[in-house]
Amino acid sequence: MEVKRERLDDFRVRQFQARDLLRGDLDDEDLERYVSERVLTTTVEKAVAWAQGNSIYPLTFGLACCAIEMMSIVGARADIARFGFEVFRASPRQADLIILSGRVSIKMAPVVRRIYDQMLEPKWAISMGACCSSMGVFNNYALVPSDKFMPIDVHVPGCPPRPEALLHGILRLREKIQGHSREGWRARYDAFGTEELLPGAADLQSADVSVFKPGDTAGA
Amino acid sequence: MPDATGLELIAQEIRNEDAETVLDTEFHRGRAVLVINPARVKSVLAFLQNSGFTALMSVHGVDYYPHEPRLGVLYEMLDRKEVDRISVKARLHTDDPRIDSVTELFPGVEFPEREVYDMFGVVFEGHPDLRRILMPEDYEGHPQRRDFPVGGEPVLFTYNEEQNYGKYV
Repeated sequence: MEVKRERLDDFRVRQFQARDLLRGDLDDEDLERYVSERVLTTTVEKAVAWAQGNSIYPLTFGLACCAIEMMSIVGARADIARFGFEVFRASPRQADLIILSGRVSIKMAPVVRRIYDQMLEPKWAISMGACCSSMGVFNNYALVPSDKFMPIDVHVPGCPPRPEALLHGILRLREKIQGHSREGWRARYDAFGTEELLPGAADLQSADVSVFKPGDTAGA
Repeated sequence: MPDATGLELIAQEIRNEDAETVLDTEFHRGRAVLVINPARVKSVLAFLQNSGFTALMSVHGVDYYPHEPRLGVLYEMLDRKEVDRISVKARLHTDDPRIDSVTELFPGVEFPEREVYDMFGVVFEGHPDLRRILMPEDYEGHPQRRDFPVGGEPVLFTYNEEQNYGKYV
């Protein structure tokens, strides 16, 4: 009669096996099995991207009312500490991510750009809210959209965006960092031709697109 | 506020010193306004300062487009003993808007005058440091004028993607 011994695979067994491995007591078959079960192989780039994506340190930097929503993502309800993003660094040298939370005035833009330049690579930027992306309700002489003076990775729309929206934006950024970006959705869904106007069809001089050029005083 | 009669009395008192100073008076909803010749702004404010209106609470600009003269500079005076207010208004043309600075009489007016210069382009002669105060120093134009375009910078959306205004070089 064959005695069937079930292989124990609980935590203590694994502990003993690890101890044997370290002592060099595991022999061929057991060693091979142990290694194939316990060791993952990957590339350095993937491992680094995984680590970077899971420990984004935002910069303690608020511009306007969106900053209130930005502050609340570290609170108990949204709680970005779940994803490892909770460490708001007070120095741009220690931060990975700058969240432009609010309106950027023309006078503030060089300052923001300087802070962004002071951050160490790799670094990312989120443009939060309507003012920062397209100037929103403050679309007047004093503001400048953030794309004009620095590269932006993720735009979070809203006025202001809810903390969940910003959280979603940061998670999208994490996907981008970790290499499976959801960019290029037009190609995936074959969505070309669904733009509001075809590229090239829009002319800023024409009457149906009413956009003022800077310095043009013919408007009002 | 002085009532309509009180306003006329003040205006007459100033006219007695120099007939060309007060051009008009306005009394609307309890607000008394002296419309003055902009060349005489210093003497008017000095007179009001000596007759009790010791505090210049605010200086601001107005663009009365399309009425001419387009620009207005308003001085809001306060008598702190009588708790009495009066406004002084000087109208200027846009082609060469110049008015005397009153920083000698009211030193605190330096920043408000800079703001009026920044937003409306009114040049205050005799101001110790007439620079822009809110907008960057290399900014072109005076943005609170009514003929300044409302929209600031064109924004890149899908329809004007090709123009690529937001291109980061």
